[in-house]
Amino acid sequence: MNTPRFSTGQRVRIADRTPPVHHRVPSYAKGQVGVIERVCGMHGEPEKFIRGNGMPAQRLYRVKIPQTDLWDSYDGTERDDLEIEIFEHWLEPAE
Amino acid sequence: MSEPWGPHDVGGQDGGPIDVSDHGTAHWEWQIDAMVRLALKKGLITDFAELRDGIERLTPDDYENSTYYERWASALAYALVERGVVSEQSLVEKAEAIRVRQQSEAAT
Amino acid sequence: MTDHDHDHSKTFQPDHPEPTTDAARVGLALRELLIEAGHYTADEEQVVIAAMQGASPENGAKVVVRAWKDPAYKERLLENGGEALREAGFDIEPYEFTVMENTEHVHNVIVCTLCSCYPRSLLGMSPAWYKSKSYRSRVVREPRKVLAEFGVNLNDDVDVKVHDSTAECRYMVLPQRPAGTDDWSEGELAGLVTRDSLIGTQRDLQ
Repeated sequence: MNTPRFSTGQRVRIADRTPPVHHRVPSYAKGQVGVIERVCGMHGEPEKFIRGNGMPAQRLYRVKIPQTDLWDSYDGTERDDLEIEIFEHWLEPAE
Repeated sequence: MSEPWGPHDVGGQDGGPIDVSDHGTAHWEWQIDAMVRLALKKGLITDFAELRDGIERLTPDDYENSTYYERWASALAYALVERGVVSEQSLVEKAEAIRVRQQSEAAT
Repeated sequence: MTDHDHDHSKTFQPDHPEPTTDAARVGLALRELLIEAGHYTADEEQVVIAAMQGASPENGAKVVVRAWKDPAYKERLLENGGEALREAGFDIEPYEFTVMENTEHVHNVIVCTLCSCYPRSLLGMSPAWYKSKSYRSRVVREPRKVLAEFGVNLNDDVDVKVHDSTAECRYMVLPQRPAGTDDWSEGELAGLVTRDSLIGTQRDLQ
């Protein structure tokens, strides 16, 4: 069993890069800082998919980001947030 | 915020008013859906990721001007032609035969 | 294709409307080629379609009602959705399944901005608007405005949480149980739960 690199409550930064293949990180989330809301399981990471060889598994996390951090003039409260799923290799620890 | 990296990367854009009317699903759309699932089950493709990759490589115009099931059908056709499961020629001929058949049925 | 009866006193009424675009015809052409080559049969196709058509929000409603009536089950459902689903006889494999609870001060709404991932075995086919660029683009950016367009108006004392199904997780909202339903039967309660309340574009069930 692979040990998760990050734990619930930890602050993380989502990388800002654009690999030339299918990847599951929306542009609005790239470069953003959030908090690990939940450590999920190991899943095939489509980005590392080598056709015919299946998809190597990676740890998946749910990351919570305040909406006021994501958008200029967000029309809502400071407590509104957005949660997305990010694979481990897209995350780095943040202050 | 980064630039969108494909026509599907739409989160945060202003997509305009939402049409909440219920269109239902046409029979041919169920058939496309079943075909994608069966292609996966029978090992003709290895994962949905292959198809999503195909859809994401569509030009913005093609993406905007096609419907959900048209995109999946195109992506599967592209993947299976690439893999040599069907030839592009036979697809074109068969699609034309369907068009002719539809025309003659409509005229009856 | 079967031969049609060319009786001109009958107007041709197709059982199913045909698609009219090139892209759709290519899809149907592919289907015919695959069936002709023996990759799958029309019978297998029918089994798959029947299974897809058999799924409906009634499945999700069953899980919701069980959670309403059984607090211990509700805890398990919120802690590990996939296991609790299997308890209720449903399977969402290979995806992870997470259920989010609406409360007096929290409202949850689900989207898949990158494509249209949706828990079909629990909710049936996704609505066209869920797959639309308008919904996918706007609900992450201005959820309160989008929710208002669906008739859900929220004060500032309610937090809005948007869940973007970006990878291998599937989501469902656990709506609040309406007041005054303590002695309702499972069937009556299930009748309250709508597809939109499980996605989050509806909040009040009564």
